[in-house]
Amino acid sequence: MADLAIRNLVKRYDKTEVLHGISLDVEDGEFVVFVGPSGCGKSTTLRLIAGLEDATQGEIVIGGRVVNNLEPKDRDIAMVFQNYAIYPHMTVRKNIGFGLRTAKMSKADKEARIDEVAGILGMTDLLARKPSQLSGGQRQRVAIGRAMVRDPAVFLFDEPLSNLDAQLRTQMRLEIKKLHQRVGNTIIFVTHDQVEAMTMADRIVIMKDGHIQQVGTPAEVYHKPANTFVAGFIGAPSMNMLSGSVSQGKLRLGSGTMLDLGLDMAEGRAVTVGVRPEDLHPGDGPALVRGPVTVREPLGHETLIYVGAEGQEVIAKADGRTPPEVGQEVTLTAAVETLHIFDAATGDALR
Amino acid sequence: MAVTEIRPTTDALLKTDAPKKPANMGQIIRWTLLFLGGVAMVMPIAYMISTSLKWPHEVYNLKLIPDEPHLENYTYVLEDGRFYWWFLNSMIIAVITTVCNVIFDSLVGYTLCKFRFPGRYIVFIAILSTLMIPTEMLVIPWYLMSQQFGWLDTYWGIMFPGLMTAFGTFLMKQFFETVPDDFIEAARIDGLNELQIWWTVAMPLVKPALAALAIFVFLGNWTAFIWPLIVTNSVEMYTLPVGLSSFGDEADVAWELIMTGAAISTIPTLIVFLIFQRYIIQGVVMAGLKG
Repeated sequence: MADLAIRNLVKRYDKTEVLHGISLDVEDGEFVVFVGPSGCGKSTTLRLIAGLEDATQGEIVIGGRVVNNLEPKDRDIAMVFQNYAIYPHMTVRKNIGFGLRTAKMSKADKEARIDEVAGILGMTDLLARKPSQLSGGQRQRVAIGRAMVRDPAVFLFDEPLSNLDAQLRTQMRLEIKKLHQRVGNTIIFVTHDQVEAMTMADRIVIMKDGHIQQVGTPAEVYHKPANTFVAGFIGAPSMNMLSGSVSQGKLRLGSGTMLDLGLDMAEGRAVTVGVRPEDLHPGDGPALVRGPVTVREPLGHETLIYVGAEGQEVIAKADGRTPPEVGQEVTLTAAVETLHIFDAATGDALR
Repeated sequence: MAVTEIRPTTDALLKTDAPKKPANMGQIIRWTLLFLGGVAMVMPIAYMISTSLKWPHEVYNLKLIPDEPHLENYTYVLEDGRFYWWFLNSMIIAVITTVCNVIFDSLVGYTLCKFRFPGRYIVFIAILSTLMIPTEMLVIPWYLMSQQFGWLDTYWGIMFPGLMTAFGTFLMKQFFETVPDDFIEAARIDGLNELQIWWTVAMPLVKPALAALAIFVFLGNWTAFIWPLIVTNSVEMYTLPVGLSSFGDEADVAWELIMTGAAISTIPTLIVFLIFQRYIIQGVVMAGLKG
């Protein structure tokens, strides 16, 4: 087990810079999830940590040791790949034991270690099988087993669940989290799925275009997004973004409503107001949005309603038993403290 | 498995659709062409065996069944000590060349496929371009090389032009493209060096291609004629095809003996094919299941 630090990491392919100097400290035993849309640099960062690519600039430190010039095998890491990368010509036992090939252990110790890992993953009965005789979830477990068997300082997961179906993904998510609680190694997990990030991480690193947008616990990035990108990326459905401006110290919304948020800002400053669908509902409070319901999505205990207003569609949550009809004019309101205020130009959070 | 699953549906279709429907024109043409193709393939072999059972005076009679079939030719060829020499020469050359091709072609193919280095593309094109030069044109430079290196009339001289082939390199490179990079990177993280990765991870994944390559190379060298004929001088260094062609005297070619030798010499090729074909079929099946 070890901590991990990335300092001012830059990666360039020829003239294209894909990582623009990112820095991050990961504590020993922490479960950190990198999340972001495709092309944001999260997988590149992981590959740099693994040593599968060379950093153009910056330092990668694992357990207090700068590893930039070390081969992947000398970095004390193990990696689980998106498509498992378990060898089809080897049995599960051989696959799991593959990571020990170069380890200086007696054969009996190796066998015992394989059995131990298989036991943890509940795969003892499957050790003699070939990968073609396993289900997707079992294959992923073999891949995890192969990573575990060496007891590395840091586990790297590169979108390991994206090839699984929804049900299995939920199950594996839970299993990986339990596994982390049990073995306690440092884990860096890359995904594009914000639900995975929220449910598994101790801390989430949200990336976009080669920059880190925000680092924080799931609660922090959800409740205090650093900018409109994070606000829109975390949470499903996405946060609604309304335009507004500052007028006489108050917030003036497109709907004409004036809200006293105690803003100390220049007169006329353009802002973006973010409000999560779960905070927005039909009601009698200050009207944030007024308009007709265009679509209803019943979810049982509640209903998502899409309301057309100010040239965009706003999503709100209504009661599951008596939701408004399609076409009905509604007034949507939210508690003032649930509103997020961003600078309209830069997207940075102001409150 | 896929085949057994599909079969019942096809059967069912045939049963319900066309109990006594006459075969259509397209089908008749297809079967006819297949039949003609089959005959064209089988006839030379049939004549080879038939001729090996004939007496010399019957050889130019094109009858497929000899008037007086006999095994004297086989006795003669097998009792002639030279045949064993040639057989051994051919075997040594074909086996060594096959092993070398399997190793070198796949090493180069793997390198060209999985490593990024300056000039990679040029090297690949250069190797491929040698495919366009016919053997007949290369024979003279090869001969001059052999002469200068003192390789004339040696195994080394017979083998060296074929120890690596552009075709094999190309074939292996294309097959290595189907091996996901994740496998290689996973092995790299697991601490294997590049040579170990190639041997323990990549090679087992391209077994079907290796089998195909082994068959091609073995057959090609087993039946090679022009180059061994040119580079060998002594009868003891002849390969089977060269040796067989020398049966008879200057005035007359002993076709019945040549055909007898040829018939015997097909046995190793059949064995090689039988050993490796299951890997090829396996490869096709695997590719199908993945699809």
